[in-house]
Parts: sequence; C-alpha cells; structure tokens
Amino acid sequence: MIKAKDVHFYYGDFHALKGVNIEIKEKTVTALIGPSGCGKSTFLRLFNRMNDLIDNTRIEGQCIVDNKDIYSKSIDVDTLRKNVGMVFQKPTPFPKTIYENIAYGLKINGYKDKRKISDIVEKSLKDAALWEEVKDKLQQSAFQLSGGQQQRLCIARALAVSPKVLLMDEPASALDPISTSKIEELIYTLKKEYTIVVVTHNMQQAARISDNTAFFMMGELVEYNDTKKMFLNPEKEITQNYITGRFG
Amino acid sequence: MRKFKQGLAFSLFKFFAVLVVGILFSIVFFILFNGIKVINWEFLTKSPSNGMLSGGIFPAIIGTIYLIIGSIIFAVPFGVSAAIYNIEYGKNNWFVKIMRIMTNNLAGVPSIIFGLVGMALFVNKLNFGPSLISGALTLAILILPLIIRTTEEALKSVPEDYRTSSYSLGASKLTTIRKVVLPAAIPNILTGIVLSIGRVSGETAPILFTVAAYFLPHLPQSIYDQAMALPYHLYVLVTSGTDLEASRSMAYGTALVLVAIVFAMNLLAGFFRNKMNKLNKRNS
Repeated sequence: MIKAKDVHFYYGDFHALKGVNIEIKEKTVTALIGPSGCGKSTFLRLFNRMNDLIDNTRIEGQCIVDNKDIYSKSIDVDTLRKNVGMVFQKPTPFPKTIYENIAYGLKINGYKDKRKISDIVEKSLKDAALWEEVKDKLQQSAFQLSGGQQQRLCIARALAVSPKVLLMDEPASALDPISTSKIEELIYTLKKEYTIVVVTHNMQQAARISDNTAFFMMGELVEYNDTKKMFLNPEKEITQNYITGRFG
Repeated sequence: MRKFKQGLAFSLFKFFAVLVVGILFSIVFFILFNGIKVINWEFLTKSPSNGMLSGGIFPAIIGTIYLIIGSIIFAVPFGVSAAIYNIEYGKNNWFVKIMRIMTNNLAGVPSIIFGLVGMALFVNKLNFGPSLISGALTLAILILPLIIRTTEEALKSVPEDYRTSSYSLGASKLTTIRKVVLPAAIPNILTGIVLSIGRVSGETAPILFTVAAYFLPHLPQSIYDQAMALPYHLYVLVTSGTDLEASRSMAYGTALVLVAIVFAMNLLAGFFRNKMNKLNKRNS
C-alpha cells in the first residue's frame, strides 16, 4: 500500500531523512517511533505532501501510495490529500459547528446532496466513536467540545472524505489518559478499513496499537519489524536501548 | 512601604484612566448638550434655508452616506484582495515588502495631500469634475492603507492549523482561503471597515476640492454631481456662514449627527463581531 524507496529529504541544507526504505501493508497499523528530531514526523508528512507547504525543502527517491509515485508530475496534490487523511498532534477543529466541521471536506470535494452529506456526517461521527456524545448538539461550535472530543472530531473529519490511508502525528500526546485510551481503541477498530501510520512518543502506546513498528534515529530507519518482535526481541542493540528507555 | 508603593501605582493608573474616560465623556456630553436643542424631524429631513440659519442638514447627511458607500465599494475589494495576496500568497517577497513600506507611508500622509492628488487626478485629469465619484475615489485611496493593514492583521490572526487542516482534507489554496481563512478573519476585517467608515465620514480635507458643495439645496442626481457632506458643512457653519453666532447651534447639531453616525457604525460592527466571535471562541 505504502512504499518508500531510498527517500532522502532536506530542509535547506539539513539532511533530515537519509535513504529510508519501507513497505507498509494495507489495513495495518504502523507506529513510527524515535527520539525528537529523528525525522519520523517529516517522514509521515511525505505521504500527503504536507512538507510541500514548507519553503526550501527537497525530496529524493520515491514515495508510493496505492501503486502511484505521489511525487510525479501527474499527481494532483489535492486528490492525494483527500485519499491520504491526516490527524494532527493538537486537535484542530475549524471555527464552525460540529456538523460543518465534518461536512466541510465533503462540500469542498463536490458533494451537493444534503441528505447524503448528513448521512456521511453521521457515519463518520459513529466511526470516530463520537456520535452518542454530540448527536444532540451538531449545530453547536466545535470549540465547546473537550480536547479529546475535538480530536475524535478531527478523526471523523478526516474519515468523512473516505481516505484509504490515515496518517496520525502523535494524535494523543496532547490528551488526558482517558481520552488517549479512547483514541487508541478507535485506532484499533479503524484498522479494519484503513491503513494507519501513527507517529508516537509513547512506547507503550506503540506496543498496544500497532502491528508493525519502525524505529527512526538521526534521519535513518534503524529497524522495522513486527511490533511484538520489536518489543520483545529487537534485532539491534540501539533499538533495545531506546525501547527500554536508556535514552530518549 | 511596599504596600504603599503598590497602592500609589494603582491610584495613579486609575487616576489617568478615569481622566481619559472623563475627557472623552465630556466631549460627547458637550456635543450632545449643545446639539440636541436643534435636533428635530425638520433638522434631519430638510435642506438648509435662510442663509443656513434655519432648515436642516438633510443633503449633507445623504451626501456623507453616499460618500461612505462609494468609498467602501471601491476600497474594500482592492484593499482586501491586496491583503490576501500579501499574507496568503506573497509571503515575504520583494513586492510585498515594497507594498508594505508604501502602505505604511501612505497611512501617515496628511489627508489634505490626498485631497490635492484627488483633485489633480479625478477632478482634472480624468475630468470627473467636483463630484461624488471624485470624492469617493479620493476617500477610497485615503482608507486603503487602513483596510489593507487591518485585513492583513485579521488574516495573520487566523491560526495556521486551520489552513493545514483544510489542505489535509484535499482543499485547494483558493478553497481554503474562501471557506476557512476568510470566514475566520471576517469579524476583524469588519472592524477595519468600520474604522474606515469613521474616517470617511469625518474627513474634511480630501473632499474639500473633490466633491463638497458649500450649499446645495437638492440631492445629487448622479455620481457626477457635487454633494454636501457633514464635516464640510460643519466647517462652513463655523467659519463662513452669514451669521456665525446664529449658526453655531446648527453646527453643534451637525456635529451631533456626525458623531451619532460613527457611533451607530461602531455598535453595528460590535454586534457582528459578537455574533461571529461566539463561533470563533476556543475553549482550550
């Protein structure tokens, strides 16, 4: 589903990713771990071309999503981003009603039929496990929700445009433990329909939710393996040291 | 001793705050007290008569309203578009930098200069004559820097998150600006427009050579007609009426109407802002 072939990435002169190769299977959860500044978020943002928004950056190598080289000239970036959804670290709802937050992605992608839109809004909120909490206040501002609810709203918003891939950049790091566990459960159920790549700082979280784990350090992919194997018996000593918290 | 210092500082700050409010309040009260005597239905709906000693200021009110509408129609599309370019597209390229220097300088130019340029350009060169269109265009140029600046600030205050979230859903840049950035910025843009309206309704110098008529008993029939306007009418009443003592109360009445228009505009903007801010308010 997702492939990276010898990917290098530069912020100006800074060499942020140094020849990363990876292959991610459909409908799995892959956790990207590693110390701050290791390039895991940069790597994640390659796949919906969010890094394009930063000036003076450059990529080499190939990024493939759904058998298409997403950096080739024939790719329409807006369509790519519709197919590859993203959830950010901080909840980032729009200053609109709860309903409009979800409907936004549909409207900009050409949906006109009001009934269809409201059906998808309901389905997305159900899929994001938020429907029961908000069904009576869809016309209220999204800012009235708690942080955890806002984050699930953002997940629902991403799901509404029916992406194939969901990128999550530390989606629970700004939330309390209860909200975090709700997001984790959610990721687990969403795996049935979506390919999920999640950046996390939290080792336990990576161990709980992911099928595969990729460990990044200094812009290199150090180890990429089955999560169980990685946490019980990593191949490299440095991975072992990081996972057990000897540095961080 | 420390407590005394704290108390002294507090009292001083409070004294100045009260003083400022007091000054502002007394100005408003002064105008209200002197002007209210002449305000009646006739004053608001009749033309001046009897050498401006009786009758009303209806043509001046309408003239000012026309000038407000005219200048806003010209200035808002240009100003808001320029600000969108500067903030959303231009980032910090050389063109934007030059433009910023120009607008900053333009904002500080005395308004009489705008009057002069407006006369040279619109009245003479483009041959509009002294007319509503010349006056409105001159005032539009006068408030452009204000509208550009306030719109820029409004756009800057929209969190970057909104933009990235919108892009992440597959929205193009234009869609993002139209559907997310502008709606979030509109309360602040409106504030800028209201400030401009205050400016337009109060400026005398720019309309002096471009539109204002000393006395015009009828309303302007087209945009190429001259018109009376409140600030210039006030100036006329105070400096060059037939009987300055007698027309003084008419002047206060005119001032009161002018202040009331600005005040009403501010209330209106406050109403819009409140309504939209309810949705914009973040609880985190």
